[in-house]
Order: sequence, then C-alpha cells, then structure tokens
Amino acid sequence: MGLSALAPLWSSPGLLLVIALHPALSVPTHRDYCVLGAGPAGLQMAYFLQRAGRDYAVFERTQRPGSFFTRYPRHRKLISINKRYTGNANSEFNLRHDWNSLLSHDPRLLFRHYSRAYFPDAHDMVRYLGDFTDTLGLRVLYNTTITHVTLDKDQRAWNGHYFILTDQKGQVHQCSVLLVATGLSVPNQVDFPGSEYVEGYESVSVDPEDFVGQNVLILGRGNSAFETADNILGVTNFIHMLSRSRVRLSWATHYVGDLRAINNGLLDTYQLKSLDGLLESDLTDLAILKDSKGKFHVTLKFFLEEAGTNQSTDSITLPQDDNDNFAMRVPYDRVIRCLGWNFDFSIFNKSLRLNSGNAFGKKYPLIRASYESKGSRGLFVLGTASHSVDYRKSAGGFIHGFRYTARAVHRLLEHRHHGIAWPATELPITQLTSSIVRRVNEASGLYQMFGVLADVVLLKENATAFEYLEEFPLQMVAQLEMLTGRKAQHGLFVIIMEYGRNFSGPDKDVFFDNRSVGQTEDAWQSNFLHPVIYYYRHLPTEQEVRFRPAHWPLPRPTAIHHIVEDFLTDWTAPIGHILPLRRFLENCLDTDLRSFYAESCFLFALTRQKLPPFCQQGYLRMQGLVSTESLRQHRVESWLPRNHAATDSRLEDSSQQPGDHEPLDAPMAPGPLAQSLDSNKEEL
Amino acid sequence: MMSSGSSVFRVGISFAIVCIFYVPTIDSLPELSPQKYFSTLQPGKASLAYFCQADSPRTSVFLEELNEAVRPLQDYGISVAKVNCVKEETSRYCGKEKDLMKAYLFKGNILLREFPTDTLFDVNAIVAHVLFALLFNEVKYITNLEDLQNIENALKGKANIVFSYVRAIGIPEHRAVMEAAFVYGTTYQFVLTTEIALLESIGSEDVENARLYFFHCKLVLDLTQQCRSTLMEQPLTTLNIHLFIKIMKAPLLTEVADDPQQVSTVHLQLGLPLVFIVSQQATYEADRRTAEWVAWRLLGKAGVLLLLRDSLEVNIPQHANVVFKRAEKGVPMEFLVLHDVDLIISHVENNIHVEEIQEDEDDDVEGPDIDTQDDEVAETVYRDRKRKLPLELTVELTEETFNATVMASDNIVLFYVDWQAVSMAFLQSYIDVAIKLKGTSTMLLTRINCADWPDVCTKQNVTEFPFVKMYKKGKNPVSYTGMLGTEDLLKFIQLNRISYPVNITSIQEAEEYLSGELYKDLISYSSMSVLGLFSPNMTTAKEDFSEAGNYLKGYVITGIYSEEDVSLLSNKYAATLPALLLARHTEGKIESIPLASTHAQDVVQIITDALLETFPEITVENLPSYFRLQKPLLILFSDGSINPQYKNAILTLVKQKYLDSFTPCWLNLHDFMEKKHL
Repeated sequence: MGLSALAPLWSSPGLLLVIALHPALSVPTHRDYCVLGAGPAGLQMAYFLQRAGRDYAVFERTQRPGSFFTRYPRHRKLISINKRYTGNANSEFNLRHDWNSLLSHDPRLLFRHYSRAYFPDAHDMVRYLGDFTDTLGLRVLYNTTITHVTLDKDQRAWNGHYFILTDQKGQVHQCSVLLVATGLSVPNQVDFPGSEYVEGYESVSVDPEDFVGQNVLILGRGNSAFETADNILGVTNFIHMLSRSRVRLSWATHYVGDLRAINNGLLDTYQLKSLDGLLESDLTDLAILKDSKGKFHVTLKFFLEEAGTNQSTDSITLPQDDNDNFAMRVPYDRVIRCLGWNFDFSIFNKSLRLNSGNAFGKKYPLIRASYESKGSRGLFVLGTASHSVDYRKSAGGFIHGFRYTARAVHRLLEHRHHGIAWPATELPITQLTSSIVRRVNEASGLYQMFGVLADVVLLKENATAFEYLEEFPLQMVAQLEMLTGRKAQHGLFVIIMEYGRNFSGPDKDVFFDNRSVGQTEDAWQSNFLHPVIYYYRHLPTEQEVRFRPAHWPLPRPTAIHHIVEDFLTDWTAPIGHILPLRRFLENCLDTDLRSFYAESCFLFALTRQKLPPFCQQGYLRMQGLVSTESLRQHRVESWLPRNHAATDSRLEDSSQQPGDHEPLDAPMAPGPLAQSLDSNKEEL
Repeated sequence: MMSSGSSVFRVGISFAIVCIFYVPTIDSLPELSPQKYFSTLQPGKASLAYFCQADSPRTSVFLEELNEAVRPLQDYGISVAKVNCVKEETSRYCGKEKDLMKAYLFKGNILLREFPTDTLFDVNAIVAHVLFALLFNEVKYITNLEDLQNIENALKGKANIVFSYVRAIGIPEHRAVMEAAFVYGTTYQFVLTTEIALLESIGSEDVENARLYFFHCKLVLDLTQQCRSTLMEQPLTTLNIHLFIKIMKAPLLTEVADDPQQVSTVHLQLGLPLVFIVSQQATYEADRRTAEWVAWRLLGKAGVLLLLRDSLEVNIPQHANVVFKRAEKGVPMEFLVLHDVDLIISHVENNIHVEEIQEDEDDDVEGPDIDTQDDEVAETVYRDRKRKLPLELTVELTEETFNATVMASDNIVLFYVDWQAVSMAFLQSYIDVAIKLKGTSTMLLTRINCADWPDVCTKQNVTEFPFVKMYKKGKNPVSYTGMLGTEDLLKFIQLNRISYPVNITSIQEAEEYLSGELYKDLISYSSMSVLGLFSPNMTTAKEDFSEAGNYLKGYVITGIYSEEDVSLLSNKYAATLPALLLARHTEGKIESIPLASTHAQDVVQIITDALLETFPEITVENLPSYFRLQKPLLILFSDGSINPQYKNAILTLVKQKYLDSFTPCWLNLHDFMEKKHL
C-alpha cells in the first residue's frame, strides 16, 4: 500500500508537492538500508545492496550523482591515477593502478573507458558516476536533502532502534540501517583577526588572469593549496604558503593524501630560485590587516591586542618593525585559504551520539574499525568521512580505498542481518601456498588498503583444509567469528601488505642507498610494500588487539613471515618467494606442503606410514601428478627425492630464526615448531 | 657433646644429599623443602633460591629461565634451588600470596639480597643480578660524573678502571660486564652506569648502545692529569670484553731486535695485526716518541713495536720505516714508507679484518640450504624452464575468447597458473596429449592462464589449479578427476567421443559391443565394456543405470540394452534381469552380475569393483584403487614378471577364501628399485 503510493515520488517530482500535502504521507516509509549521499562511496554501497537484492535507497541532495565533483577539485584535475596500461591482463591486479573505478561486475564500468588522461578531469568522474548509477539501475532519490536524522527506539528493529530521516519537504523515512556517505563538505576555517579578508578555496577565482602581477599568500599545505598555487604560479609575482606543519610529501610518507608530485611545482621555484616560498607558523597566532591601499599585511594577533581596537590599521605594529628582515614583510594582494574540509555533523540529532574524533580526527566522525559508529549501532560511515580509521596511513579516504571498505561493510551487514556468512573458499591444505601467492600477486584490496584490510586463512581441524576469506578489516580480527559467521578454532593466518617499519615519514629520505632488500634472509627488513603473513594459534582477543605493540597492525603473532619486497611487485619467484613462504607455512602447521609426482607418492605409500597431504589428497584419490619424460629426466639429474631424509633434518625457515634485530620475526616457540616439523617429515 | 656430634652427622648427610642432587643432575633445578634447603647452605658459598608454594604450577616462564641459569651460575660456584614451601615447614621466605614469591640470594646462611621475580626476567637477568649482588665491592654503580671522577682520582697511580655503560640492568650486556668483573674484579676497578647523561658527559657520541672504556689510571702519577681512556669498539659480549682486557693488559710498546717474521705478541694471538716502527740508533728517541704516540692511537686495534734496525740480522728494505704484519697466517708482511703518523693509523684501520664473533648459537643454525629447493615438482619444472614446449598445439584462451570458444565446439580446457609448478608440470602432459591427438580429434584442446584471467576461472568455479574441464555443446561442463598425466587424460578424451551409456538396439549389435568389435578403437582405453540388461518396463532402473554410465564416462565404456528380446541375452549369459554383463576384453571373458540394487551409486560401485583384479600387479597407476579397499596389501615380491606358478598358488588361496581380509597383489621389484633410484 504505502509503497505503491510512493512510487511516483521517484519518477515524477512534479507530483511531489501535491502528494506531500496528503496526510497519509506523514506515515514514514520504511527501508532496510538508507544511504546518505550519491557520491562514489554511496553508489558503491548501493551497488552491493542492489546485487544482494536488499531493500535500500540512496538519498541525494542534487539532481545527479557525484555532485562534489561538479565543483571540486576547483582546477578540475583529479590526482587519482588512471593507469590504462599495466602490461598485465589480470583485471583484479589492474585495479591496483586504477584509482577511480568503482567495483562492479561490469567491465564496461571501468574508469579507463571514460578518460584517456593519466590525471583525469573531474567532469569525467561526474559522467562516470552518472553512468555507473544508470547502467546498474541503482535506486537513488535525487533532490532529496535529508535535513535531520534522529533515533526511534523500537524493540522490533534490527538494531533496537530505527533511524528517522526527515527531508526538506518534511517527508519522513524510517531506516533499519543508516549508511552515511556524505563525505567532507564543510570547508575548514580558522578564526583569526582579519580572517574575513581571506578568500576560500571553494570560491576563489580559478582564472590565472585574475592574479597577474599579484603577491599571493596561501594558507594551508595540502594538495588543494598546491593545486591552487600551481594554477597561478606563472602569473603571480610570488606565492607564499603558510601553515602550521611542515610539508609532507606523499612519496616519502606513502600516504596519497599528502602532497603529490604532480602538484609540487612551487617547491621547485622555492628551492631553486627562492622565488616562492613555504613558511611555518600557527595560523591561530596570526592577524591580517588591510591597509589603506587595500593590501594585506601579516602581523601577530598579539600586536593587535596590544594596540587595542581604536587604532587605525596603518599604526598597528608589524613584525618587521622589530625585525626588519621578517619573512612576510611584503604586503599581499590576496590571501587564499586552502585548509581542507570537515564532516557535516549538523543534521545528526544528539541521540545518535555521532561525535567527532579527538587528536587528528576532529574533522571525521568517530567510528570503529568496522566502520560502525561508536555512538549508535546500525549507523555506518562510508567513504571519505570514514577516513579516521586509517588517516595518514592508508587509502580509506579515497575512492581506490573505500570501494573495498564499503564491500567489507556490506559483507558484515549480510552476515549480521541476513545470516549470510562472509564469503569464503574452502580448499585442501595443498592449495594453501598457491592461494596465498595468488592473492598477494593480484589482490587489489590488500594492496590499496594496506595495513587495514587483510585476507584471513582459517584452518580446519588438523590443518587438512582451510577457508580463505578476503579483505576483512584487520582491527576487527578479535571479533572475526561473530562478524563473519566463520569458525577460527584451529588457528589462522592473516595476510596483509606493509611498508618497512621505519621507511615512511614526512622527513624520511626514501631514496637512500640500499633501500631495497633482495635477500630472502633479509625479507623482514623490506621497505617497499610487501606481503606479510601473521600466524596465530588462536584468534587474538580484543585486549591483545588493543594493546598490541606500537606501530604494529596486529598483536604479537605466534610466527610471522615477510615475503621479500619485489621491484616488480611480482612475488612468484620459485626460490626467492614461494619456497620461503612454503617453509614458513610448513613450520606453522607442522606439515609437509611440498608437491610430489605420482612415482614418489607410490614409493611413500609402500614405505611410510604417513603420506604428505599432496599425496593423500591427490595421488591416493587417483588424481596423482604424472611426470613427463623430460621432467623425469630432470628428476634423475637433481638430487630429489633421493636425499629427502638428509635435507629434512634441519631447521627450515630462515624467517623463523630468532633474530637479534627484530624479535618478532621469530615464532614464540621456534623449537617445538621446527622439531615437530622434522619429525613429521622424517616419517615420509 | 651430643649436639655437636649430631651436627657433624647432619653436615655429612647434607653433603651426601648435595652430591646426590648436584652431581648427577648437573643442570637441572633441584627442588627442596625449606628445611632441606637451609641445611645445604655452606659457609662462604653463594646460593640462589626461589621460594614458591607447593601447589603453584610446576612450570612457568620464570622457572624455565631459572633452570637455564643453573649451569652458568654453577660455573661461578653459585648453586640454585627451587624451594617448595609446604604447610608443615613455614619459612619467613615463603610469601603469603602466590604471586608474591621471591628469589633470595644467600651467602652461607646470610641473606644478601632478595629479588622480585620480575627483575629476573630471563637467564641473562638472573646471572647479571646475582653476580651484581655478589660483586658489590668490585663493581661500583654510579650515576653521575662526580662519582666517576672521585673513583678516578682515588685510583690514579694505583689501578686501572673498566668503566661501562649499559642501557639497563639485567640485559645481556650487563651480564657480560658482570662476568668479566667476576674474573678481573680484583685486578681492575669496575664501574658501571646506566645513565646516558654520564656517558654523554665523557664525550661519547653513540649513546644508543652499551659502551665499555678502559681508563689507564695506573700510569697517571700527577693527580691533576686525567686518565687516558680507550673505548672498546666491539659489541659488549663476554668474549669481546675478555679479549679487550687482555689487550689492555699487554705492554703498550715493545722493543724488539728480532726478525719481525718471528715476532709474536698477545695481539697476534688475538687476531690483531702488528705494526713495527723501524728505528735507528740515531733517531731512537724521536722514533720512540712516535711509536708511543702511534701505540696509543692504535690501542685495541693493533700491537705496536719498536724495531731496532741496527741490531737486526735480517734485511728489511732500505727506505721502509714501517712493517705491517697481519694476524692471518701466510700473508706476507708489508714494508711501507709512511711519513705521517696518520697514514700509519689509516693504513691499519683500513686493513683490519674485522672478524665478527658470533656468540649467538641460533645464528649458526640458519639453514645453509635455505635457497635449496626441496620440492621435486618445483625443482624439475624450474630445471626444465628453458625448454620450449609446442604450446601452439593448444589454443590459449582469454576473457574475450573463452565463452565464444567453449560455445562453438567441443573443448577440453586446462585451467592453470603459470607460476605454479604443479600447473606447469601438468601443462607438459597436456601438450603431450595434444601431440598425440594432433589432427585426429574433434575435441579442441585449449588452456587458460588464471593468473591473467581470474574472473573467467572464478566464473567457471575453478578455485584449485591445475584443473581440467570438458565443455560439450548443449551439455553441462564435466570436470576431469583422473590422474594428472598424459595417459589418463588421453583416455578420458578418447572415451568421451561417444556419450554413455551407449544405446544398443539389436542383439547383433550387443554381441559386437561385447566382443569389442563395435568400438574397436576405444577398447584400448577401457579394458572392460559394461552392458546393462533391462526389460523395457524397468524405467527407474534404466534411468539409474544411465546416470551411473554418465558418471563413469571417460573412465569405462557402458552400454544399455532393453529391447523386447532382452531375454535372449540374459538367457545366453545366465543372468536374471536387471543385470550387468561385463566383457573383459584382455581376457576375452564375459561375466554377468545381477543387479540387486539399481541405485546409481551402487551401480557405480559394482562397476568400479569389477574393474579391480583379484591378483593384480601393483603399479603407480593402480595402487590408489587397491589402497581404497582399506585392506592390508599382501604383496608378493617378484624379480621381474611373476612366475605363473606363484600366481596360480595365490589365486587358489583366494578362491578358497583364505585371503579375504587382504588385498593380494604382486610387485615387480625390478621396476620398483629403478623408481626408487630415480
């Protein structure tokens, strides 16, 4: 009944007013899932909800998706790369270098079909998001501004309460789950005397002609500040840039939100010819004065307060009065503020307890690592607004990161509300090495959301088989069983990607000699993004996760293995990558993961009590691997398998040796692991 | 009188106990009751005891570490014991609560120190703390520069000082210092600090690591003069400290007048080079000053000697003023002309062969063959990587071509990943199949690399590699589950040229089928043809049989006959319907089996059982099928082919049901040994 009355709402805005007056409409419409905002994150979530056949709607303020991109970035160039060629056919791998596409099953909906530019134009993003919505038929309610969100306690609701959304027309929507994907929309402003003279990034002219022959001061040091500077660098007299902290170069921090090389033209002129420049000062100490000629002078708030209110601007003390080589002694023609954005908290009722974080996360709402609000169950924050989870660490604030976290949230919801366990592939243990090698070589979610999302291998009893779960939020590992519906009774591996511990930082020299590691033995010292495998005998507890060692993504594991970094990010070398990984897995599981030809299995079957899993699960099930003539020849030439016994009676994995340097690179109990492995292999 | 007698007696007993406890179990922790423990204490002897409640856990991290400390402490004459506090014998050392138990250090029966267990966090900490407490006088602990200066002043002209900084008490470096102090504590004054500020104030740049300085105070006679100091550059380990002190003990400068080749000093024995400053009578005084200067600079790095050329019997080059002799044997001496002291220093420093002494045994265990492949498949595939396979005999599919290709014709698809050894080993067999089938088969052999096209493989539900599937027009794809080898795959492809079960429509056709005439070219791939006999009205039974036949396709030839005249066949082969006729082509025999149950599963079971022989030769290929019976194999070993006599004997035993609990078989030992030697 209610639904049919509402159907015209979506299609015909003209009817809306008429119907809105109808009293029947004060009855709220119910939806299981409400998504706020039809930006990349909202659409990505809508896609997953749609594919799962869920009852959902996306609420969008404007008349088309991706409205942020119709205006921002102001200079229209996206700094997310659109790498159309990688020399690799693997579509999953290619997403590692496609930072703009959303995830879908439709290969036509890849961003490379929308722009040829490496740094694409923002209009193409708008066009892409529109096509994404239309092609997939996502249910978006346009021109619907949600003005207020509150809670309605109800025992029958999934989460014990409904979210009540009121739009600008007074229409009320009742939602079981609320997914907030509104991004950061409020420009960050700093209050200081004279801040009224400052133009904002959001409104400043983008026409270089307007800056010809001017002295420009830019407040801020992010990509928007540098982007603004780059645009006018050629026509201004000079540009000074002022912010509290030192510039953070993204190639040094390995954080894409820091200053990207494409925007750093100003650094060139600053460091080469002292033309333009960077200055560090706390903006809140500043004051800006406008003189009689309309020029702006930088002074300190302190001087202003000293002078009192009645002084004319020209008589107020300037720093150069005391200090005649003060850096900012020249008058400026314009001052531009490029200080970033904040989340819009205004529409959320207090009852939702959607608070801002402290520390660095003031601009973001406070959420858990599962992206659920700490204040109210059933409220999830997606997209850029969810970046507090990995701010200045990983890519969760950007399309190429949050497309994966949206999928993770969807998988959590599917289990929580629909009893569908986290997708997993169950495979025999003989496939373990290959499964891990495969994922670390192609997975894009692990690669983009390094340190945040992890693949998890859940072992079955006696380690004869395992379940492989993809891209689970790392920090929630203690709650894995509850969140995924999978059992982790017999130990687990967690597979993530990491940079070297001391490699990334704003003032690190990332080009130092010997920055890359080539030897397997030194794998744990790898600097560039490389796979790391943690082994736990038991699921870590919440306590262990919370009190893990500083700068560690996970608590202390039973054993850890680094796959040595690779210049080509191709971790398939038989000796350099696969062999050490296999030995690590063997040591952890106390089993033999080698593969054998049928002839060897035959021999084992007649001479040993216990067969390696490869023979048990292959040969004995009449699926043995038969060698060909030429392979047989090589087998004769090599020492294999004649010397099995000789080679087996040794410790296997170097990465398991207790090192002086990094104690955690060793298992907690190397002895028993290695010994029991030996004994097991000797039986062969 | 009585009492003293009994006490003597008790000492004797306790001595016996000590012997019993300590000698045989030299490095395990003795467990005693308080009373017993105190009776073992000997005057002047130090002993460390851990008091714990009798009911406390028998193992803990602390106990493990304590156990490890038994032997090193014994080397210093310190005994270690675990004292179990029992209710009957309360001792004041037994804490009230379980977690408040402590370790106590006694000298004789005097309590020297008590240690909360958390300060004794590992074996290093235990040894370090115990020695620290015992060497209270020998090792002065200081916290500021003033203390250090006071000690220095007090010892000028008297003794040298070994000053060390460690980052914390109880760490391995601290233990190393304490162990050195145990040996040298009476000769040198040891001074220890953990204050970074103190280290910085004596001018050390590196405050990250432990530091050890030797202060040469004994030489200082003028109290206003400072003691020279020498920094030990090696890491602080027990061995390094011993070596360093030994070198410090050696004379600063030695005068020699012998052949430098024959000269040896403690330096050389410790692996340090020797520097001879060549001197002549005329310049002796100046040379000696130079040599002393050099000796101070090279202290700890090389031995310096003054070589008196005038009284030398061997010749050294005319202009040479420095002779450099390395510690390594067999390296010729260098005769150098160096006119600057700094040149001598830098020459030595550049030529020191720093030998890292690994004390950590674990490092040595590092597998010498960590890089050695022990997976035979990976190794053989790797060795074969440069051989070019005729890959063009199979069609490589991509995401774009996959669907069109599998729809257009009958296909066998190999799903593989090119970096996986097993995949690549099987690819060779797959290519061999292609070679054998070249130009004869309607079946297209294709392959897809799932490392390139993961989506295709996922959509085809392939998650393990390698994997083979057969796609036939209008039919569901069939997964291949046989051996990953040329023979079996070829058999699968060939047998799949027709669909199963074959519908036989006349008696004559049935006879041709059973004799092997009908599918002449196929019977080499299937040693047995199965014919299901049904009355036309046995609909369910026929359906079940068809299902079974379909299931076995590619492995066995199956056919079905259910015409009106089926009784002609059943009568001929003495079968009651429904029945199976099994034609064994190799033996030329046809037998019939009545079908008691017609469930597809049971039919499959009957047929697979029928494929097994009564007394087979066990081979690589067939072992798994006999293994599956889960009966012990009774193997007759034969050198070469089996003697028919033996075979008959076994068959007789089988017939008489003597061997029902076994799977009798024979093994060609000749072949087996060959395999074993591969």
